[in-house]
Amino acid sequence: MPTVEELVDRLLAGNRRALSRLLTLIENDTPEGRRALRLLYPKSGRAHTIGLTGSAGSGKSTLSGAIARATRRRGHTLGIVAIDPTSPFSQGAILGDRIRMQDLTSDPQVFLRSMATRGGMGGLAPSTAGVVTALDAFGKDAVLVETVGAGQDEVEVAAMADTTVVVLTPGAGDDVQAMKAGIMEIADILVVNKSDLPNADLLARQLSSIVDASPSPRRTPIVKTAGALDEGIDALLDEIEQHRAYITSSSVQEEHRRARARHQVLTLARQRLIDRLVAQHTDGRLDALVERVARHELDPHSAADELTGE
Amino acid sequence: MPEEKIRVLIAKPGLDGHDRGAKVVARALRDAGMEVIYTGIRQTPEMIAEAALQEDVDVIGLSILSGAHMELFPRVVRALREREISPDEVLLFAGGIIPDADIEPLKQAGFQAIFGPGTSTEDIIKFVRDWAARRPARAV
Repeated sequence: MPTVEELVDRLLAGNRRALSRLLTLIENDTPEGRRALRLLYPKSGRAHTIGLTGSAGSGKSTLSGAIARATRRRGHTLGIVAIDPTSPFSQGAILGDRIRMQDLTSDPQVFLRSMATRGGMGGLAPSTAGVVTALDAFGKDAVLVETVGAGQDEVEVAAMADTTVVVLTPGAGDDVQAMKAGIMEIADILVVNKSDLPNADLLARQLSSIVDASPSPRRTPIVKTAGALDEGIDALLDEIEQHRAYITSSSVQEEHRRARARHQVLTLARQRLIDRLVAQHTDGRLDALVERVARHELDPHSAADELTGE
Repeated sequence: MPEEKIRVLIAKPGLDGHDRGAKVVARALRDAGMEVIYTGIRQTPEMIAEAALQEDVDVIGLSILSGAHMELFPRVVRALREREISPDEVLLFAGGIIPDADIEPLKQAGFQAIFGPGTSTEDIIKFVRDWAARRPARAV
């Protein structure tokens, strides 16, 4: 069996089996996975990371497939990370994103990896950032991250992606929904998908007036697509490339990369602290605190104080 | 926290479009806590092997009703080998309409179990779990 170091060398030499094995170790957050990330991180940072988010049924997977095909037509290689939900009851998952991207399977320049959320927040899995790092280090020109169906507040993907694409569909809510904070605000590009449906133009106009009212110096473009009909995809790709050019030519990217690094470090540190606290309280003290809160004898803040020794 | 999940690929090689059985098995394995990658119908052996490579699955379950299993299943094994995946390190099983006479040759080819019509999903879950429990831990 190869060591992690050997697998990393093989990954860097372009071996897809080694890449795939390492993705598993990274996803499982094993000590070997962490060692691999230490070696891979310095080799990453070149790929353009695209986040694709939107509500369940908005057509993200179909759009991912269309974006991937268009990206390949332009001669770029691509990694895709497709995330589907973990069952809160069985902890199992059905990962079905490959169904909409079957034809891409035969293209060796596309690497598609499905991930279950495994308790991750914000439409991502806890190890998604690490998986993106490995695909980046492998040499993919772009990495597309497709979140689980996200609602109004799942904004984590923007902290990971260079370009965040938010997918909306006609008839899914009025313009006040779109004015609310959260997912609308993280969009670098807004997509009106299923634009062959009635009211697509209405939604695009509503979005347009919201974008006009935004104080941001860059006007968020709105692209109409019909993923299943392969319509509007080249226009979307043009916007993605323009956004890339925009961030690389401005101080925005530096700022964004610093914010992303900070977010990643703090997210991992938070998890470490919680793991440590749980490990320190295996003697039943945590259960006892939880029990008192459940009985309303103790409030959650006081219980947290006691847990953290404050 | 480190977490070991059993990752399963459920795929339908060949041209028959009846995927109810494959979906029932996929759902049952999900409810047993496994991560199931479902690729849909009309998969070529190359597509199945490629999905197994990219997803680094532990288990591959093939469903077939068309009668082309003696042609397609060995091609899946060959396509896996071409991608450095040996049938010794993954669990290969199959289900569908497969005559008794074909079972032994398929086992020779690397399939560890063939589940016919009427198999309970409990039996399949137990089979996968037993395999995972006795599988030697990978060095990496």
